[in-house]
Amino acid sequence: MSVARFGHGSRIPGWDDAVDLSKDPASIPDPALTRVPAELRAAIEAKMAQYPDVRSAAIPALHAAQELHGWCSPEAIEQVACVMRLTPAYLTAVATFYDMFSTEPVGRQTVYVCTNISCSLRGADKLYAAMQDAAGDDPDFNVRAFECLGACDIAPMASVNGAYVGPLELGDAETIVAQLRAGEEVLPDKQLLRRKVADPRAVGGGAAGGATTSAPAQTPPASAEAEHNASAAKAPDADHSDAADRLFPDEDHGA
Amino acid sequence: MSELLLFKDIDEPGLATIDVYKRRGGYEALERALRMPREEVLQNLLDSGLRGRGGAGFAMGKKVSFLPRGTIDKYLVCNADESEPGTFKDRELMQKSPHMLVEGMIIAAYAADANRSFIYIRGEYQQQAEILERAIAEAAAAGYLGERILGSDHSLSLVLHRGAGAYICGEETGLLDSLEGKRGNPRLKPPFPANQGLYQGPTLINNVETLATVPTIIRMGGAEYAKLGTETSTGTKLVSVSGNVQRPGNYEIELGIPSREIVYGLAGGPERGRDVKLWFPGGSSSPVLLREDLDLPYDFDSMAKAGSMLGSGAIIVVDDSVPVVDVALKLAKFYRHESCGKCTPCREGTNWTVKMLQRVDSGEATPMDLDIIASVQEQIIGNCLCVLGDAMAMPLGSMVAKFRDEFEAHIEAKRAANGLGAPLHDAPLDAALHGAPAGVLS
Repeated sequence: MSVARFGHGSRIPGWDDAVDLSKDPASIPDPALTRVPAELRAAIEAKMAQYPDVRSAAIPALHAAQELHGWCSPEAIEQVACVMRLTPAYLTAVATFYDMFSTEPVGRQTVYVCTNISCSLRGADKLYAAMQDAAGDDPDFNVRAFECLGACDIAPMASVNGAYVGPLELGDAETIVAQLRAGEEVLPDKQLLRRKVADPRAVGGGAAGGATTSAPAQTPPASAEAEHNASAAKAPDADHSDAADRLFPDEDHGA
Repeated sequence: MSELLLFKDIDEPGLATIDVYKRRGGYEALERALRMPREEVLQNLLDSGLRGRGGAGFAMGKKVSFLPRGTIDKYLVCNADESEPGTFKDRELMQKSPHMLVEGMIIAAYAADANRSFIYIRGEYQQQAEILERAIAEAAAAGYLGERILGSDHSLSLVLHRGAGAYICGEETGLLDSLEGKRGNPRLKPPFPANQGLYQGPTLINNVETLATVPTIIRMGGAEYAKLGTETSTGTKLVSVSGNVQRPGNYEIELGIPSREIVYGLAGGPERGRDVKLWFPGGSSSPVLLREDLDLPYDFDSMAKAGSMLGSGAIIVVDDSVPVVDVALKLAKFYRHESCGKCTPCREGTNWTVKMLQRVDSGEATPMDLDIIASVQEQIIGNCLCVLGDAMAMPLGSMVAKFRDEFEAHIEAKRAANGLGAPLHDAPLDAALHGAPAGVLS
């Protein structure tokens, strides 16, 4: 079995890159010599004012810098370091810890496909492959497999530039890419924000399929009835087969 | 089944705005609480028997009472870093009823005499963060946040803090480090956050659902709330059901109802022709239970007695079409990715477990490897600063124990399919090592 090797014959990229011993570690950038965009400075300073200890603003500040620069570039890190009076090394250490910060250049269109357990039980791995194919090698796209995004009710799902959409079918991958390229809202009828709660007893709930006005006959059996069904539940009965037909029907909760 | 408490008005249009929330009786509990002495609010929390909804299930009132008294800065932190695989109840609450959380936090802070509060929301919940941000601004404008709230002696600031994608930041001390602007590495306990938490000050940390339940407790009275559910698991609980069920989603249940009623009655059970193979009762970190365990009551103690835990209340159902090896490998990879790397048993254990499971998956393993996998899990449990390693070790250990036959059959099938040589069947570890060609081990 051949082992992938990087520079210096290393199996792990970067760990034994030669260190320039003649160079001092980067110190806190000099405000007189560092150009920081005014709006970024304002955003970071506003965050710093919110906390008893200004260092708490490190993550919000990196979010702001990443939004401006597209990624946590050395330049972005230096600007944050200058405003917050921290070393670039400290901020790089923070940035590399968190999945949402990128210390390599990435595309502006961010698509996180959840591939954790609940989504993969519903076909997330194929969806991720389809999404990668759809985006191709367009440098504008940043398609990533992500750990549980906390939306297993709409599995398989994706977070497209921060907006949750699901449940997705393989064909939706092409649509998402096309809509992002056209600058449109992505899959308006599959947006999580427009989805009703699944619990049928909540006001307007009972929306496994998203129906806003679920007739009592369609709501899942509750309490005593369910207990009764439960004994026969190993082979789903007529009630359940009704429900099976309602599994992700055409959603009309966009209204 | 009892009436809904948290989800009663959840899909009311505009509930996220303060006007609709107040029309629905919102902030009345706060006004009532502020007229009570702090001790009475705390007594209500103690009487309610409310147990933390984030995973550990520790009594909330007791946690509040651990905070020292006195006029130092004290902190309340809401853990909204909901990243346990399978859990999405807090998302629904924050998105649709953000004021319920804000109101609960103000009351909890009053009981704990905390004057600064934070919501640590996971970075991926961008839309929910925006909704919460608006709700906080509305509450501040209405005089529910700030100095001397509603003319009382209670002052509170509330700051929304977005994380940036790290499962470990759901662990309370990892969360505190992250909130202080550091890498989210867990801390050694004790000291517990109640004594030395955020900025070294006394800190109360609670889950979103726990805090959102507080207004209900004040409205009903703690003793009345305790009548719901079972004796040791009081109240209602939001359950996130996902995986191979027909109606995945959030449901509010009274604790103690049969698990089958949730999985089949509410969530519709697996698709026709399929059956439950295994289920996680409390997120991916809980040891798996089997089909026959569905008759157990769904509460903290019954789940613990069955060798698992209620955890965050996230039920993940896996049906009989899914190989258990796939589930195990998926989980192990997740925990390997999310291990912060601070403690060796977790950092190395998750890594080696993935490698061994990959050997199992490809048919290169022997049944002996299953014993090693099981022993690695035992070496992780209890040997780290936090429970992330345990969170992999417990479900993985339970899967290897309960589905050993399937693991072995999988190895055999893959070995045959890949044309690998005869297995090292039953070779004791020593013999296998001493029989190795010279130089391999040196």
